[in-house]
Amino acid sequence: MSNIRVLVAKVGLDGHDRGAKVIVRALRDAGMEVIYTGIRQTPEQIVAAAIQEDVDVIGLSSLSGGHMHLFPKVVNLLNEKVPDNNILVIGGGIIPDDDIEELKKAGIAAIFGPGTPLKDIINLIEEKAGK
Amino acid sequence: MVEKLLADFRAGDKVAAARIITMLEKGDPKGKEILKDLYKQCGRGYVIGLTGPAGAGKSTLTDALVKELRKKDYRVGVVAIDPTSPFTGGALLGDRIRMGDIAMDPGVFIRSMGTRGNLGGLSWEARDALTVLDAFGCDYLIVETVGAGQSQVEVEKVVDTVVMVTVPGLGDDIQANKAGIMEIGDLYVVNKADRGDADQVVRYLEASLELGHKTEGWQPRVCKTIAWKGEGVADVLDAITAHRSFLEETGKLEEMRKIRTYEEIIARARKMVIDELKEYKGINEIVERVYNRDQDPITAAEELVNSVVK
Ligand SMILES: Nc1nc2c(ncn2[C@@H]2O[C@H](COP(=O)(O)OP(=O)(O)O)[C@@H](O)[C@H]2O)c(=O)[nH]1
Ligand SMILES: [Mg+2]
Repeated sequence: MSNIRVLVAKVGLDGHDRGAKVIVRALRDAGMEVIYTGIRQTPEQIVAAAIQEDVDVIGLSSLSGGHMHLFPKVVNLLNEKVPDNNILVIGGGIIPDDDIEELKKAGIAAIFGPGTPLKDIINLIEEKAGK
Repeated sequence: MVEKLLADFRAGDKVAAARIITMLEKGDPKGKEILKDLYKQCGRGYVIGLTGPAGAGKSTLTDALVKELRKKDYRVGVVAIDPTSPFTGGALLGDRIRMGDIAMDPGVFIRSMGTRGNLGGLSWEARDALTVLDAFGCDYLIVETVGAGQSQVEVEKVVDTVVMVTVPGLGDDIQANKAGIMEIGDLYVVNKADRGDADQVVRYLEASLELGHKTEGWQPRVCKTIAWKGEGVADVLDAITAHRSFLEETGKLEEMRKIRTYEEIIARARKMVIDELKEYKGINEIVERVYNRDQDPITAAEELVNSVVK
């Protein structure tokens, strides 16, 4: 049996992670193994954890800005440290529409805003990281 | 590809270690070949098991213990296990929330796993992960499991020192679990000593422990901690070290590990035979034969086993 393994981390200085926790539970209920690392995670911490956990997907959540710097940093660190990196990185939280294009260019596969149906997130993960 | 992976692993590459653990989790046959190769290098790591009810502070204590071990420059591997949902197969693995500080330490490797149908006990995947981290050069291995009644005993099959973690205020829970709990701990930790009457729990445990323990000649210690402040954790490590010395000096560690080796071989052999039996092609014909009384089930089983075990 092989479950999709997803790491969910909250970046940024605020301590709100209700949204992230909703996602975590939804992914678990969809049969995934979800590693939740908590709030105020740095890109370095996230990548170190993702390597040891050998995850298929990283879900980043940001509410208080900083995503334009922090999300791409995660992708860059992965490319630097993981040979044949094929970890799917997705993002969510409060992200202005204007930023989405640039984040996608930086290697974030998808951005999900606050109103996104959970099913859409699950479908995307299953489609891109399912095996 | 396997050669490259093994070379990287031997050079201390965490990506390689993590990928080998994944191969074993997925039952990839190449993973088994790798495990065979690694087996020679393991057996040096000392395995500590932390078990106890959800929320007792096991992950927080693991984090603090790892920091204590790192002060002494030991390399540490952690396997943290949380329940897998029996309905969806999914799992919420949240132990890392308490281990943020040590996540990036080069001398620490943490792997989270679901129980995968082994609630309270240890899955083969978890055992294999411990073996891999042992071969990776970890001096200490910590395995965190949620204690669930009797199946806690399983932990003993893999762990050298069993640490039972509890907290004040469980009251009846302790009573209810007493039969199981009091027999398997090599030492006891009363965590969250900042909340409730920890001393009372300590006294209670000490009194119960006087009645005897699984290992002759060993009197389990009871420690008090405030794990999130690191208080009392050095004391826990001292107690673990004392237990280790006891096991080593009395020859009990060797004895225990030999029994474990025996059990592992039997368990693996059993699994192999059962897997073969389940895949046996002609099984339907045999069932028909026996059902129609053309053959008795004893002879059928004998023939089946003989045709599978060659
Ligand atoms: N008051 C108090 N809370 C603690 C202590 N240690 C851990 N906790 C808290 O207890 C909760 C559960 O801790 P955790 O380590 O995840 O428990 P586990 O489920 O046994 O792994 C968390 O909110 C911790 O911050 C402690 O010494 N005192
Ligand atoms: Mg825990």
